[in-house]
Amino acid sequence: MISKLDLVLAGVGGQGTLVAGKLLGRVALKAGLDVRVSEVHGMAQRGGSVITYVRMAPNVHSPVVEPGQADFVLAFEQLEALRWAHLLARDGVLLMNMSRVIPMSVGMGQARYPDAVAAALQQAGDGRAVIRALDATRLAREAGSEKAVNIVMLGAMAHFLDIAPDVFTEAIDDVFPLKLQGINQKAFQAGFAIMKENTGA
Amino acid sequence: MKEILLGNEAVAAGAYAAGVKVISSYPGTPSTEITEAAARYERIWCEWAPNEKVALEVAIGASLAGARAMTCMKHVGLNVAADPLFTSSYTGVNGGLVIIVADDPGMHSSQNEQDSRHYARAAKLPLFEPADSQECQDMVLAAFALSERFDTPVLVRLTTRVSHTRAPVALAEIQEQAVKPYQKDVRKHVMMPAMAIARHAAVEQRLVQLGLDSASGGLHEIDLRSGKLGIVTSGIASQYVREALPDASVFKLGLVWPLPVDALRDFAARVDRLVVVEELDPVIETEMKAAGIACEGKALLTPLGEYSASLLRRDLSGQPDPESALPREQLEAAPARPPVMCAGCPHKGLFMALSRLKLIVTGDIGCYTLGAINPTNAMDTCVCMGASVGMAHGMDKATDGEFSRRTVAVIGDSTFLHSGMTGLLNSVYNRSDSTILILDNSITGMTGHQQNPATGRDIRLHEAPAVDLEALCRVLGAASVRVVDPADTWQVEQVVSEEVARSGVSVIIARRPCALIPTGKGRPENAVRLDRDRCRRCKACIRIMCPALTAGPDGYPVIDPNSCNGCGLCVRVCRFDALKRGGEQA
Repeated sequence: MISKLDLVLAGVGGQGTLVAGKLLGRVALKAGLDVRVSEVHGMAQRGGSVITYVRMAPNVHSPVVEPGQADFVLAFEQLEALRWAHLLARDGVLLMNMSRVIPMSVGMGQARYPDAVAAALQQAGDGRAVIRALDATRLAREAGSEKAVNIVMLGAMAHFLDIAPDVFTEAIDDVFPLKLQGINQKAFQAGFAIMKENTGA
Repeated sequence: MKEILLGNEAVAAGAYAAGVKVISSYPGTPSTEITEAAARYERIWCEWAPNEKVALEVAIGASLAGARAMTCMKHVGLNVAADPLFTSSYTGVNGGLVIIVADDPGMHSSQNEQDSRHYARAAKLPLFEPADSQECQDMVLAAFALSERFDTPVLVRLTTRVSHTRAPVALAEIQEQAVKPYQKDVRKHVMMPAMAIARHAAVEQRLVQLGLDSASGGLHEIDLRSGKLGIVTSGIASQYVREALPDASVFKLGLVWPLPVDALRDFAARVDRLVVVEELDPVIETEMKAAGIACEGKALLTPLGEYSASLLRRDLSGQPDPESALPREQLEAAPARPPVMCAGCPHKGLFMALSRLKLIVTGDIGCYTLGAINPTNAMDTCVCMGASVGMAHGMDKATDGEFSRRTVAVIGDSTFLHSGMTGLLNSVYNRSDSTILILDNSITGMTGHQQNPATGRDIRLHEAPAVDLEALCRVLGAASVRVVDPADTWQVEQVVSEEVARSGVSVIIARRPCALIPTGKGRPENAVRLDRDRCRRCKACIRIMCPALTAGPDGYPVIDPNSCNGCGLCVRVCRFDALKRGGEQA
């Protein structure tokens, strides 16, 4: 069982980072750990960049994950991976959904959406971090709803964690209403399985 | 098992456990979720008041009638409620009275960064500052007990990071509170000079007693570690201290006002160097220095923004930050995502019209403040709730009427009812020629869709009387009251032009519900479609900055059918008839 986990959920308003954070709070309690889930409200529905910090340990003080401190960065789209990558600790894991949400400046032709983000991250990491890209949006759609992209990302992370999978599946049932539990359980399994495939483990 | 609660939800849980009967509030980030969470407890009478002053007055009335009462607001809301606050300090309470004020260091969603602890000093009231969700619940309970024990309203100050962080809470036992008997007490409850003179003396005495009691009753935590460095801190700053300075001795204050001066003096004697770590203003530091306790504070640490463990390491310990696996310097900068008006937002068309008319626009507080930035750049001022109306009148008088021919005040429905109404009354009374645009989107939008007196629903979404804005403006004396559809930008331009030219006070109500109120119309089949044969790639539609419409790599617009809500604003700006509303023939 894990004893300490610092992670960030980075996305754009509406991508479900808040729900994922809430779910991880349940996971921490089930693992017997103290936890802080720090959210940014207010601009969440307005196309803004949304970051949620999650910290769990026997005793947590600051609710904020600072640069170089995150064991995991879960980026729900590529630009947000680039924006928050510097939070990743040495030997940390960055998981990036391959989807792109075009910011207004790019949509208006005033800025460029960076290409080959995954390669740029690999190069900057230079072996100091694990960087994995996945098509979480497709996996979520296949599970029944694109909205489950947040749970696909948690499934992918769970592959790297020493937490009994039923801790997550119970937390999913705690957080979602009955009619959405099936989709989210499937989404979680899909995220978990795709990491297994990619590592060949 | 513990519950995981937002700081704000934990405040509501504390109020429920304390047996609170009445909560009246006005929404404001980061405080809004407290009253929303409290509304889930059926036993509590919860309401949205039109502004914070009314909300506090409701709570004072409930308290004097014998019930435990609470009001919740953001920092700038306490400015609005400051008048009753100061005098409720004199009247004291019957049932416990707690005022929650949520500050916003870092200004995540605010127009200033004021430190509300100054109100505790100025109004001579005790103030608690919780550092996490558990303390939010526990200090609200303690605040009610202190309120009744010392016959005083009590402030509880939150900050955004505490309000919006989820953490485990062991729920407190529910205290059943009977409403206390009401007693008429003119000397205590009617504040006119003869009575207030006596009450002021009682307030001063109470403050001394509170200071003496604080050491034992203030929920402080003293953690003696190294004698080299001692830190005095409170609230969220204490969490960063424990993170960044594990060896330091820490005096964490629960009750921040009045200070437990003797206990702090003892603590100071046990350490070689004493530093006060508090976000924003040097409130604790100044008071300690006044008491003759040598300490450092703002000479080392900034009065700006939020603190962090990293900031404390840099300025206090010199310890290096952890090494990033992906340092920022090695990565391309990511284009920012500044907030924009939503797809289908009714404010967007309105500001496009104002931008074309090149008017001076006195603005106000709400989503529509985004009209000040790209693409419309159609706002000149934004100061506080309701300011747009009075400022337009002031500009009129300053220029002997010249500005009134090219100025409009822009204010939302909720903001107008909050404190724009009195401005309108003033403009009418003092013979203004100003023009006021009320953006009626049928909701309090910016704070996340709260009901208000114009929406016809109360906080629990039960039917409620809805004020008739047209009738209200007429009865306040507006010479002209007209209603327009903000999506019809040509109509807006025409009506605004006519009304700014007219003498007397004009009100134009731009009415269209917020695009985020579910209507069932935002289906992909209703999305706007592009006729590529007609499109000349002029980018007129791109320039309206709709989140649902972006420029494709080939220069043609791309419409996201899942985001488009079919408002048709882009259809109106297209001069080549290349965009079609959903359902129309391409």
